[in-house]
This record gives sequence, C-alpha cells and structure tokens, in this order.
Amino acid sequence: MSDEKLVGIVLVSHSAAVAASVAELAQGLAGAGATVPVAPAGGTEDGGLGTSAELISAAAASVDRGAGVAVLTDLGSAVLTVKALLAEGDELPAHTRLVDAPFVEGAVAAVVTASTGADLAAVASAASDAYAYRKE
Amino acid sequence: MLDADFFRRWMTATAASVAHEAERLTALDSPIGDADHGSNLHRGFTAVAAVLEKEAPDTPGAVLILAGRQLISTVGGASGPLYGTLLRRTGKALGDAAEVSEEQLTDALRAGVDAVMTLGGAAPGDKTMIDSLVPAVDALAESFTAARAAADEGALATTPLQARKGRASYLGERSIGHQDPGATSAALLIAALATAAEAPEATDV
Repeated sequence: MSDEKLVGIVLVSHSAAVAASVAELAQGLAGAGATVPVAPAGGTEDGGLGTSAELISAAAASVDRGAGVAVLTDLGSAVLTVKALLAEGDELPAHTRLVDAPFVEGAVAAVVTASTGADLAAVASAASDAYAYRKE
Repeated sequence: MLDADFFRRWMTATAASVAHEAERLTALDSPIGDADHGSNLHRGFTAVAAVLEKEAPDTPGAVLILAGRQLISTVGGASGPLYGTLLRRTGKALGDAAEVSEEQLTDALRAGVDAVMTLGGAAPGDKTMIDSLVPAVDALAESFTAARAAADEGALATTPLQARKGRASYLGERSIGHQDPGATSAALLIAALATAAEAPEATDV
C-alpha cells in the first residue's frame, strides 16, 4: 500500500483558520491508515477573509499524487472560484473535481475514504453522502 | 467595427470608474453584504488595467479573456469569478477576429451573461448583477447609450427586490430597500462600454 497513489483533498474556506482546522480534524479522525495528502486553502493571500485562486491552485498542485484531487468548499465565492478555475482548464491538476458536500462532515468522509486507497469517484461519493446524515 | 483598442479602452474606463465609485459600491455592500465590493473590484480592475498595458493583446477576444483571468485570480470575493466568467466567456465567444461588429459584441456578451447565470444560479429578479446585465444586453442591439441607460435602470430597480442569492439572501425581507451593489457595478461596466465608444479613436498618431 505504501507506494499507492492516494486521492488528494483540498479544503477551501473563506477563513484560513477554518480551512486549517477542518484539515486537522479530518486527518485526526482518519486514524492510522495511509496518510492522505490534505491541503487547506483558506482566506485571501494577505490573510483576510475571502477566496484566493492562487492559494487554491497551489494547494491542489501540492496534494496531486496522480490519483485525482477532490476539492471541498464552504460558501459562495469559494464555490464560484473553484468552478471558474475548473472552467479555465489548466489552472488545476488533471482529474480535479469540485465535490458537492457539507464542508466539515464531507472533509472527514473524504479523507477517511481516500486513506483506504479509494479512487476519486468513491471519495467524492462518500463526501456527498455526508449530506444524508441528519442531526435530528 | 470594434478593434482590440476599443476593448482595452472599455477595460481601462471600467477600471477608472470602479476606482472612482469604489467607496459608493462598498457603502451599498455594507447593509446587505460584507462591505468589500468596492475594494475587491478596485483591486481586480487595477490588476486588469496593469496586465493589459503590459501584455497588449491584439484581438478583442484576447483582451477580454486576459481581463477575466485577472479578475478571477485577484478579486477574492464572489464578484471575481462572476465578472471573470462574464469577460472570459464573452471573449471566447468573440473568437480570434481582429475586429468585431457591435452585433457580434451583443451576441458574445449575451453568451457571457448566460454563463454567469449558469455559474451563480441567478435569474432576473434575484437582486444581482444579472438585473442590470440582461436589460443592458437587450438594449445593446439598439446602441451603447441605450445599454448604459438600461443597465442604470436595472440597477435602480433592484432596490425593492428581496435578495435570493448570495449573502444578502440570508437577510430575507431586510434585504428589501437597498440597491444591489453587484447590479450597480455591472452598470458601471456597461457605462464604460459607452465611454469607450465615445473616446477618440486614436490618440497616438
């Protein structure tokens, strides 16, 4: 398993602290499996609240191991910026996918699933399934 | 016919107008948004003006594609990908012709506005930039001046609407009574088109 290519995960939030904390939480809950490449892309380049296309592109490149990259986002401009970058065609690694999932629960599901060596479709599906987990 | 110089003037005029109106856009964004629309767009269009001066693309399509790329990478808020998509998609629709007709621009801009509606999921009446862009494109078939007037009217007409997209939508009825900042900045973009058309054709001879 050690040389297996794992799906990379990018967590895009308006806040650098939120992105970093959710990355830490998801990796902490992933347990002792293979270490999934996870990169936060939070806030703007100058540390403010917002979305940075440059930070997202850099994060995606840093987690790309050739098995695809799953991108999870929080609000409005994070979603729109990733969609716009995907439309550019060459701004994100090949096989990068915006995953429709709740940010925190989806991140945990994505990282745990990726740690098993699952492919991009399975990682995306697990993250999206987190929407079905009701809290009441 | 409209050449690359016309499109550079359009972008430069937009940058100047956004710089001039940045405080007003941010003030509009204060009661119903997160009070950064003016500063975000100012940063974006300043970058657009700078890159166009440096790289000087030689077709209308290339000018708009480069401008859109800059907006996506520098704005930091939702207006970046939305305006970026508008300009890039319009530029792509213009192809690589050295000059385009006003009719071709109208068709291309309509394709750009459609792409923005797809990206953001907004329709006319949702209190967004779409409310000034759609009437502007319709009026552009008549003239640049008519498009400017239609965009201004569209922006003003967002005041009584309840927002259904973006952060303002969480405010529900409290979004009513405020002119939408996105529709207002979109009207500046369209007004700059008319400004570009009025400018002297060549000042460097």
